[in-house]
Amino acid sequence: MSVITFTIDGEQYSAKEGDTILQVARDNKIPIPTLCYLEGLSTFGACRLCVVEIEGSQKLFPACTTKPTESMIVHTNTVKLKKYRKMIVELLASEGNHQCAVCVVNGHCELQDLAYEVELDHVRFPYLFPKKSLDATHKDFVIDRNRCVLCTRCVRVCHEVEAAHVWDIAGRGIDCEIIADLNQPWGTSPSCTSCGKCVRVCPTGALFDKGAAVGEMQKESGFIKFIVNARNKHEWVRTAHEEE
Amino acid sequence: MTVEDLRELAEKEQARQAEYEHRILYCSSAGCVSSGCDAVKNELKKAIGELGLSKKCEMIGTGCLGLCGEGPLVFVHSDPTLYQHVDATVARRIVEEHIGQGKKVKENEIDLNDPFFASQKKIVLENMGKINAESIEEYIAADGYEALAKALTEMVPEEVISEIRKAGLRGRGGAGYPTGLKWDIVRKGVADQKYIVCNADEGDPGAFMDRSVLEGDPHRVLEGMAIAGYAVGANQGFIYVRAEYPLAIDRLKTAIKQAERFGLLGNGIFESHFNFRIDIRIGAGAFVCGEETALLRSVMGRRGRPKVRPPYPSEKGLWDKPTVINNVETYANVAPILRNGSGWFAAIGTQKSPGTKVFAIAGNVKRPGLIEVPMGIALRKIVFDIGGGTPEGTTFKAAQAGGPSGGCIPTEHLDIPVDYESLQTVGAMMGSGGMIVIDNTSNMVEVAKYFSEFCMDESCGKCIPCRVGTKHIYMMLDKIVKGEATENDFELLKELCVMVKETSLCGLGQSAPNGVLSTVRFFKDEYLSKLKKSSEGNTHLNESSSVPVVKEA
Ligand SMILES: Cc1cc2nc3c(=O)[nH]c(=O)nc-3n(C[C@H](O)[C@H](O)[C@H](O)COP(=O)(O)O)c2cc1C
Ligand code: SF4
Ligand code: SF4
Ligand code: SF4
Ligand code: FES
Ligand code: FES
Repeated sequence: MSVITFTIDGEQYSAKEGDTILQVARDNKIPIPTLCYLEGLSTFGACRLCVVEIEGSQKLFPACTTKPTESMIVHTNTVKLKKYRKMIVELLASEGNHQCAVCVVNGHCELQDLAYEVELDHVRFPYLFPKKSLDATHKDFVIDRNRCVLCTRCVRVCHEVEAAHVWDIAGRGIDCEIIADLNQPWGTSPSCTSCGKCVRVCPTGALFDKGAAVGEMQKESGFIKFIVNARNKHEWVRTAHEEE
Repeated sequence: MTVEDLRELAEKEQARQAEYEHRILYCSSAGCVSSGCDAVKNELKKAIGELGLSKKCEMIGTGCLGLCGEGPLVFVHSDPTLYQHVDATVARRIVEEHIGQGKKVKENEIDLNDPFFASQKKIVLENMGKINAESIEEYIAADGYEALAKALTEMVPEEVISEIRKAGLRGRGGAGYPTGLKWDIVRKGVADQKYIVCNADEGDPGAFMDRSVLEGDPHRVLEGMAIAGYAVGANQGFIYVRAEYPLAIDRLKTAIKQAERFGLLGNGIFESHFNFRIDIRIGAGAFVCGEETALLRSVMGRRGRPKVRPPYPSEKGLWDKPTVINNVETYANVAPILRNGSGWFAAIGTQKSPGTKVFAIAGNVKRPGLIEVPMGIALRKIVFDIGGGTPEGTTFKAAQAGGPSGGCIPTEHLDIPVDYESLQTVGAMMGSGGMIVIDNTSNMVEVAKYFSEFCMDESCGKCIPCRVGTKHIYMMLDKIVKGEATENDFELLKELCVMVKETSLCGLGQSAPNGVLSTVRFFKDEYLSKLKKSSEGNTHLNESSSVPVVKEA
């Protein structure tokens, strides 16, 4: 197998044949933001966050799908790239309904991480506030399309790893949506094995385990009064009022 | 069928046609169908019958005659006369007076020396107004399938490719990629199966070049594809036509059946070892399915979504096999090149862009229609000599070339030669041949808004810059048109356009902002005059934005 030598941001690196620029960058701890890419799944090349410049070409290339060639000179972090990446995250923020404060993954969200990474402090585009649906018909999981960034990781993992192919995309352009089977409620899907893989790989709070959402937690303050009363007075009966 | 059989057929058909003193050809393409050529056809037929002229005069339906805005058109072949606005009454008069008494119907005659015809050069459209669109015999009588016969009996595949390379033929679907080079890559690919695909998706609004070729001369495309199949070693072809073209689909089906019956498609063509079959795939009318990787996925029955190239279709196309994908017009040029030689073709047009280009002219122009011109012709000639200029009382403002993703070319660049490279220098592109003329009654911001709405609606939604970017571009233009935008909005719009252009995955997104960028370049005043003066604060932020804002440094 032949080895290729090329340059990333002024340093020389070697790559095995077939490696992508992103793989080499990751191996060498060079940060390139990604969203649709996930190790183990096929590449999709669609979020465009990983675009890099290659000397000698006017075009930009996604690092996740582009293979280096001998003596190629790659730049991953130019002023232009930083500006474009920031704008892409801005576009994503404007597209969905990302109310982080009430989101299940607040603090563990790849979209949030990206926003920090590209130093996004405000969004210059008007929020689109789309009316997207939520499907909680599955016994274990929920999909909230308001938070979906259409990375298709769920589609790919379900097709390529679980081999169930529950998810697909319907519509086009800004109206694209992730659907289960032929746009049926997820809970009625005969193809879903409930393996949970899609939930694990979703970068945002669009797919989550039931019970994890803010507001889903059951609170019961009345039982404290019951316990104290029981201890003090040895009365082990709950009143109708307390049981409410 | 042997080559001798083919020649015999041609002679027989030529002799048959010579028996008639007159051939009346009515345009049977979609434009004239919609302006009423069926009634004309019926009346012609009736009149010929009633006057007992059927031994003397033959009537046939032919391909688009070019002046679609003046239809229905009728052409009398014997002493070449073209009639416009023909209705049943005029049709009867043509038969009675012109055919019967040798007197032309002056009121409806079009001057064939008009620059509309004189400035054109026909290769792809050479059979329009000559042959019956539904007759393989007539195609054969006009040298049809001669080129395929020549390739199969006199040339090895490498020679075919070398001829196409020497001719300098470039893809007519938009990007202008050298066709011979593409074929060569597929030829050299090692695989047990290869494919030929014809891109007849033609989704640009207002464009009908490819449709006209398929409706008027379908065998020319089949012949080109078969030659490509022989050149690269493929035995299967697919034509991907949009469902909105029912007449083209019908004619193609008829043509394929006829060619199979004559042994010009199928096994052992011209008694060689070459087998070639062609199937039709019907597209559901998404613009993005004209993009080659999306088209191939659609042919395979999957969702029509572009994917990252490389690998290119010539390495991994249909079912991951090496695949040639070319445009209708590209294939239509192949047979004439082999028949007349690469030198003949290379001498037409310019050195870097040889040959001709078919355009569909529409918009604010006196004579809209279908034209074919040598590459390198001045844009002025197309708009004024051929198109007749803008309607009375208006002045020319811009020509929009290259479809929804093309650019607007203003008056000061009217003398630009129309070829791939020159158009790019002014931010437009050749595209597949749509040309819309815009006069001073149109506002350029609204023109840009119209095209960006098209791109937004047609975005497949795969990549973020195009999916969300085109939406915001459209919304910002709408805001400008309504007079609600500020200078900051305008700056942001320009920034967004450049980003979408540079980062999108496929050609749709990469070219979607062209309409805005080119109108900003040449008609900036029209934008500025609609902007509100920036007042204090961050007026470029949407009022409904609920997020605390920090002014950008
Ligand atoms: C959004 C988009 C739409 C396209 N539509 C068409 C089309 O309708 N017809 C066509 O021939 N090529 C179209 N193309 C170009 C094709 O991708 C491809 O370049 C072409 O079919 C190659 O053939 P050629 O080399 O003969 O031009 C389109 C490209 C893009 C990006
Ligand atoms: S839970 Fe498993 S089978 Fe069900 S949709 Fe997700 S990945 Fe597919
Ligand atoms: S649901 Fe999650 S994994 Fe699936 S496309 Fe949306 S964001 Fe990506
Ligand atoms: S540029 Fe537009 S049409 Fe092309 S892949 Fe991206 S979203 Fe789809
Ligand atoms: S990570 Fe490369 S395009 Fe999404
Ligand atoms: S359609 Fe009849 S002239 Fe073009």
